[in-house]
Amino acid sequence: MMVNQADPGLVAALADATEQAFREAETRLPPDVLAALRRAAAVETNRIAKQEFDNILENIALAGERGVPICQDTGVPVVYLSLPPDVPFSSALFEGVREGVRRATSSIPLRPNVVDPITRQNTGDNTGLGMPAVHVVPGDRLTVTVLPKGAGSENVSRIGMLLPSQVSGIQEFVAETMLIAGGRPCPPVILGVGIGGTFDMAAALAKEALLLPVDIMDNYEQELCEAVNALGIGPMGLGGDVTALAVKVKRASCHTASLPVAVNVQCWASRRASVEVIR
Amino acid sequence: MNLTTPLGDEVLDLRAGDRVSLSGTIYTARDEAHLRMMDVGIPFDPEGAVVYHCGPVVKDGRLLVAGPTTSARMNALTGFLIDAGVRGLIGKGGMEQEVVGRLRGRGVYLAFTGGCAVLAAARMQVTGVYFEDLGMAEAVWVIEADHLPLTVGIDAHGGDLFAATQEKAKTQFHQRFNIKQDTFS
Repeated sequence: MMVNQADPGLVAALADATEQAFREAETRLPPDVLAALRRAAAVETNRIAKQEFDNILENIALAGERGVPICQDTGVPVVYLSLPPDVPFSSALFEGVREGVRRATSSIPLRPNVVDPITRQNTGDNTGLGMPAVHVVPGDRLTVTVLPKGAGSENVSRIGMLLPSQVSGIQEFVAETMLIAGGRPCPPVILGVGIGGTFDMAAALAKEALLLPVDIMDNYEQELCEAVNALGIGPMGLGGDVTALAVKVKRASCHTASLPVAVNVQCWASRRASVEVIR
Repeated sequence: MNLTTPLGDEVLDLRAGDRVSLSGTIYTARDEAHLRMMDVGIPFDPEGAVVYHCGPVVKDGRLLVAGPTTSARMNALTGFLIDAGVRGLIGKGGMEQEVVGRLRGRGVYLAFTGGCAVLAAARMQVTGVYFEDLGMAEAVWVIEADHLPLTVGIDAHGGDLFAATQEKAKTQFHQRFNIKQDTFS
């Protein structure tokens, strides 16, 4: 079916799907993240850390039962749209997502977190200048993927323009990011690491890496994860074996003279959900 | 160990890392509430009281979410509370050395798991409010807590689990990457 640019049905359908995706993401963790938390709780040997895991798992169960957000910081809206060939790239897409964010904010409800960067005035509905952040990628189906991002972990994220001779220093940069962060990002964390591209691409890749499933890691990711866990920061910075549940890496080719590395830190409440838009 | 408010000398026996279960009346306070209390006085009896660093969501007198906020923001705003007799602080992330020193021989900092906003709400009931004009998140809510699962983060003997963990992490990092000089504090 061909959909034209002004199709009000598309805007409404996108708004519905966006609202639904936020409700799912905010109240239930993805199965892979939940499984990673349960696995971590089982292998953790530190007595205090084990109790922190107990609290986290009980909190997740209660949020699911009550249909309320897992954490009071319900994040800022980061949205990925996959666009099939028959849907034109138009402002209707952005309108639909914005409307969905507004509705989700009042119906779930979400804490209004979006403010003007200078005046700090709150918009009240989680939309604003350039917010929600909407990223469009080509796909087979029209789907909305949301990643509500909390500030505690976002604030300790980091980017470095390493030298081409520092490829072996990437692990140190990643571990150092977590050392500086300590307990502030609410560990156990998931680290999204973007390697290569340009200054801005590395950061975008790091955030996209947070969309990857955490139940598998390749050898490189595994080594990064071990280096982070060796720090012993543990859940909430109280000490323990598990500081990171997983490290996920996305790469892009880069200039022969540069090596951008970005680390996007994500708290244990790694919230994401995808909903297909019914047209 | 079970603790019931108001707290007394029993908190002096606690050690960083101990698990406690806290019941009784607690008072929420974030940045604005601390500033107001410094200005007009503490609206509740501070003797043995427990202050919770939290900005809850309250709807129709019911707590929806009430997770801990970052305590470090209250580092410079806490001394007067401890001096007035407050014996317990609840929050996440720990507090700076000045507060650790102030708690010596007087009280404890209790860590509640960050992000566990629903668990907290499930163990709490609102019974009153002060400074409601500050807004929902910044008001002082009077809360009846029922067995809050907490960890002693800072004890009354200078023991600080956060600082100890961070120190170990730093040593570990320096050894692993063979770093001789400290690049950040």
